[in-house]
Amino acid sequence: MAATPWEGELPAALKQRFGDQISECSTYLGQNFAVVKAEAVIPILEFLKLEADFDYLVDITAVDYPNRTERFELFYILYSFARNERVRIKTAIADGYKPGTATAVHSVANWLEREVFDMFGVQFAGHPDMRRILMPEEWEGFPLRKDYSIIKQDDRWVKENLGIESGQ
Amino acid sequence: MPETTFLDSTELVLNMGPQHPSTHGVLRVILKLDGEKVMGTECVIGYLHRGVEKIGENRTYLQFAPYVDRMDYVAAVSNGLGYCLAVEKLLNIEAPPRAQVTRVILTELNRVASHLLWLGTHALDIGAITPVFYTFREREEVLKIFENYCGARLTTHAFRIGGLQYELYDGFEEQVKAFCDMFLPKVDEYEELLTNNRIWVNRLKGVGILNADECKEFGVTGPVLRAAGVSWDLRKAQPYSGYEQYDFEIPTAQNGDTYDRYGVRMREMRQSVRIIRQAVDKIPAGPIGKTPKVIKPPVGEAYVSIEAPKGELGYFIVSDNSTQPYRVRVRPPSFINLQALDRMVRGGLVADVVAIIGTIDIVLGEVDR
Repeated sequence: MAATPWEGELPAALKQRFGDQISECSTYLGQNFAVVKAEAVIPILEFLKLEADFDYLVDITAVDYPNRTERFELFYILYSFARNERVRIKTAIADGYKPGTATAVHSVANWLEREVFDMFGVQFAGHPDMRRILMPEEWEGFPLRKDYSIIKQDDRWVKENLGIESGQ
Repeated sequence: MPETTFLDSTELVLNMGPQHPSTHGVLRVILKLDGEKVMGTECVIGYLHRGVEKIGENRTYLQFAPYVDRMDYVAAVSNGLGYCLAVEKLLNIEAPPRAQVTRVILTELNRVASHLLWLGTHALDIGAITPVFYTFREREEVLKIFENYCGARLTTHAFRIGGLQYELYDGFEEQVKAFCDMFLPKVDEYEELLTNNRIWVNRLKGVGILNADECKEFGVTGPVLRAAGVSWDLRKAQPYSGYEQYDFEIPTAQNGDTYDRYGVRMREMRQSVRIIRQAVDKIPAGPIGKTPKVIKPPVGEAYVSIEAPKGELGYFIVSDNSTQPYRVRVRPPSFINLQALDRMVRGGLVADVVAIIGTIDIVLGEVDR
């Protein structure tokens, strides 16, 4: 089963408003998503919140594709209480690109973006508190990147803080 | 008299945790205090981080299933259900009816067990020592059913992708029915102890208010959202596993304070029993489902979420048509609800922080993953 075009009022409104910043509106397994340019994400989140009632940002996450030039895919999952409907916004960014923060639109983005930074090293521009959240602050490396092996660790940190040669 | 004494100093930074009995695990909260008033907080988390999402990328779909039980370990059955549903969605298959009804019964029993653990520890935090003995007594009965069914009490791994691993044991229906009959009067007993207890009411009423708009802004779901007056439950809004066949209500309250969240969870336990009773009467005959020999979902991604005891528990899985998920993302309700702690305690008293941490109902295994 392949993705089919997502038709209806909402994708039409999005395309009319944001034009070629939206490259694809599709449905896969009954779930709607839009692929957009990275700089359009925050305006789209704002538009969806204010004009289409998507007032609940469910999750922000990333996926790493190390062989692509635009290495990371960012996902924003939205839900609307009024419509009982979910939408995913998907964008691709290169390593080092700093996407804008969604904290001004949805407060929940604060910790979610910190976790994406912690795990993937994607910095969000304008984030009020861009620090690691789950890993120790001095830890080096970003564990959910594909080139970070599952048994890899920050040896220096382990030695300094745990007093052992290796945690493995 | 010196012009300034230490009494004039305005702010005190107090460290709470990570080893603290009422933070429900290894949560560290840094409190900024002005006298007894909380000016701000910062949560330090990650002490229990085990890299569950990374492990998921390095295991096959089947191998990863037991790991998800270790996130919210007091509601392992819900974790397992969410994961199985997400993989089934990617495979575009559905569990047979007999498996679905069994899943509903076990998941609702787990919701009761999770709420009982919350009630006991929350009351203990606030100083009521008695309820924890009662709630653990009843929770034990639920765990016995799990043990009889799959051999494990906490990290059950009760379900498999595509259905169930085990057929129901002889006497399952009777044991579940007996539990339901025994349990409802016990809920009355807890309420007798607490609902109109003057100390309980004074400690909880008006404490840690989070209104509906703030809940939506912070992505807070579950009983916390419902106590703020939003009648939203994924079992009704986007039913899964056949929840649309059951007759039950979504308990809500209006004030969004700690007392309302207590009331909502108490009524949720009664509703769970209502669902279990309906389900256990109509377990259909038939197959319990078969796990596909090779699980290789087509390339694509899916987000599936369920109403876990603590809120919306979601799994976002990206498949690259191999036997291992390319990426597993868990949307943990505890982690996201905990972010609203600062908003709830700000301006309140330091003694209320403990009550508010308890009322969010977090499990650090799920916060840190």
